[in-house]
Amino acid sequence: MTDMTTASPIAVPTARPRIRWNRVGDHAILIAGALFMLLPVLLTLTTSTFDNITIHRGGLQFAFGPDGFENYQKAMFEKGGFTKTVDGMRMMMNSLILGLGFAVGKIVISMMAAYAIVYFRFRFGTIAFWIIFTTLLLPLEVRILPSYEVVQNLGLLNTYTGLIVPLIASATGTFYFRQFFKSVPEELLEAARIDGAGPVNFFINILVPLSQTMIAAIFIIMFVYGWNQYLWPTLMTTDESMFTLVRGIKQIMQVWIGANIPDYGVAMALAIIAMTPPVLIVILFQSWFVKGLVESDK
Amino acid sequence: MAQVNIQSVNKVYANGFAAVKDVEVQIRDGEFVVLVGPSGCGKSTLLRMIAGLEDISSGEVAIGDRVVNDIDPAKRDIAMVFQNYALYPHMTVFDNMAYGLKNKGMKKGEIHTRITEAARMLQLDDHLTRKPRQLSGGQRQRVAMGRAIVREPKVFLFDEPLSNLDAKLRAHMRSELKELHRRLNATFVFVTHDQVEAMSLADRIVILNAGRIEQVGTPMELYHQPASLFVAEFIGSPAMNTVPLGTRLGGMLANTAGTLPAPAMTIGLRPEAILAGPAGGPGIKGHVAMAEALGAETVLHIEVPQGGTDTRLTTRVSGETRFTEGDELAITVDPSRVCWFDHEGRRIATEPATQPAPRKEPLPAE
Ligand SMILES: Nc1ncnc2c1ncn2[C@@H]1O[C@H](COP(=O)(O)OP(=O)(O)OP(=O)(O)O)[C@@H](O)[C@H]1O
Ligand SMILES: [Mg+2]
Repeated sequence: MTDMTTASPIAVPTARPRIRWNRVGDHAILIAGALFMLLPVLLTLTTSTFDNITIHRGGLQFAFGPDGFENYQKAMFEKGGFTKTVDGMRMMMNSLILGLGFAVGKIVISMMAAYAIVYFRFRFGTIAFWIIFTTLLLPLEVRILPSYEVVQNLGLLNTYTGLIVPLIASATGTFYFRQFFKSVPEELLEAARIDGAGPVNFFINILVPLSQTMIAAIFIIMFVYGWNQYLWPTLMTTDESMFTLVRGIKQIMQVWIGANIPDYGVAMALAIIAMTPPVLIVILFQSWFVKGLVESDK
Repeated sequence: MAQVNIQSVNKVYANGFAAVKDVEVQIRDGEFVVLVGPSGCGKSTLLRMIAGLEDISSGEVAIGDRVVNDIDPAKRDIAMVFQNYALYPHMTVFDNMAYGLKNKGMKKGEIHTRITEAARMLQLDDHLTRKPRQLSGGQRQRVAMGRAIVREPKVFLFDEPLSNLDAKLRAHMRSELKELHRRLNATFVFVTHDQVEAMSLADRIVILNAGRIEQVGTPMELYHQPASLFVAEFIGSPAMNTVPLGTRLGGMLANTAGTLPAPAMTIGLRPEAILAGPAGGPGIKGHVAMAEALGAETVLHIEVPQGGTDTRLTTRVSGETRFTEGDELAITVDPSRVCWFDHEGRRIATEPATQPAPRKEPLPAE
């Protein structure tokens, strides 16, 4: 942990302040990169504050307009869709349930899998690990049809269970937790054994608290990943009250056609709304995550 | 309180490596036994078999009257202190000590009493709410000991608990350990590779070499009557001078030492068995190649030019010595302190050769 702090070069005071051109160059590249990444988001934000006609006529807007409040209110609270049953709030709740269920489920499952692989000596442990590991290479889309088949046969279409459970097996999570558990000093396990801790006790009272930073990291990654799921919810949900935000944005452009002009402003507003929770989670957990990293030393 | 009986214990690791071979020791109730030996000789393995952290391949370990081969570490009535402390980093000092007691289902009040008591004994009272990372190395080591003490075990096991500390703190902790042993009156088994630590702590020392016991005895027995060349060279600092009798120096020394037992192949002389006299006096001629002044005493490294290939000897003289580097001198040997070793490196018992010294410290009263 200490090398994290020592790695940053310490400015040595010199007699005359010199301009370090290579550092200026570094910063220029970083700033340019950040701007490049930020620009589409900024444009979405500014454009989301105009009415549909302006957007339709003038394209993307570079300054803030007068209709922001109206657009966001519409996006959040106006019932839309064919059935007029789903508003932004509802979709946001669905997204949250999916994101949280996805992240928490993945963490629970992968921690337990990693625990079994690292701490229990059973016959095919290593093989089991490598099988799990190779599925890392397969993207979700490869197994999406069989998964759909299973969920449909179980009658779980349009349910949260069907939305979440088929996705929570996590090779990535298992892999990270395995690496982390392997780095926990063996003496800790031995001390706990002498202290009379059984497997469950050791897991809950020692391993889980020690993994806090790892859990936070995986939580961030998995929550954002779950929140941004598009294909699976699209297949799984036909009932509009089950739509997630990411799914809903597209729906607006397709069906919320008032007059002949699509609801651009509202769709942009919804996109911004869809972006906010993951950003908040990252910001919130990151400070906690860094703190954990700095404080923990073995 | 209990004795530990180790009977023809063997350890063969999964990869076929035999780390402990036919070890047989009876550790008495309340005894402070130190397992010592070079790195990789199987000290930790033996200790971990007593703790139950390692399976016993064959043989028997009994704690008290109970054979513990198949008993869980937690139920063996032992406590162990690890080299790197192995404290739970996310728990406070108090919780670290309380964890094992809670697992036993002990009442809160009793846990509290025990921890307060132990903390007072170890001067940890002010640190009970801290996390291990907020403590110094010495304090962490004390917490690890506190965690052992509150269990009130019959046997304490230590695996090189002092080797992560600096020299001064180590000496201090050594005396604290000794004091603790006196106070708790429990059986201590202590692993170290440092012979000074072994000599200063132990009632009895067990010297291991490549998984086998070389010798078991009090520090003074090991010092004065080493069973083998291995023990002779391992115990004592500066090390014993061992010279093969086949060399010219060996022959010269044997002549000065007097009676030579028939099968002897090597002569062993503790530094204090070599007496340095003024040049021109009787004895073997040499000169001081190096003088290490340690204050109370000075260690002289003596070069004997006519000695053939093996020409260096060390001796210990008073700190007020007049000898300095380059001085000529003549050395003689104290015949009562000579050790002889046979062709296998075992010591040949000779009657007047040794003077068993009294125990350094009596066993604690029962
Ligand atoms: N799990 C294992 N599998 C195979 N061999 C092992 C294992 N653990 C230890 N050994 C071997 O057994 C021997 C004894 O190991 P042990 O840890 O008891 O040594 P030690 O005397 O404690 O040494 P040190 O002073 O370095 O701690 C060593 O040669 C080591 O390589
Ligand atoms: Mg060891």
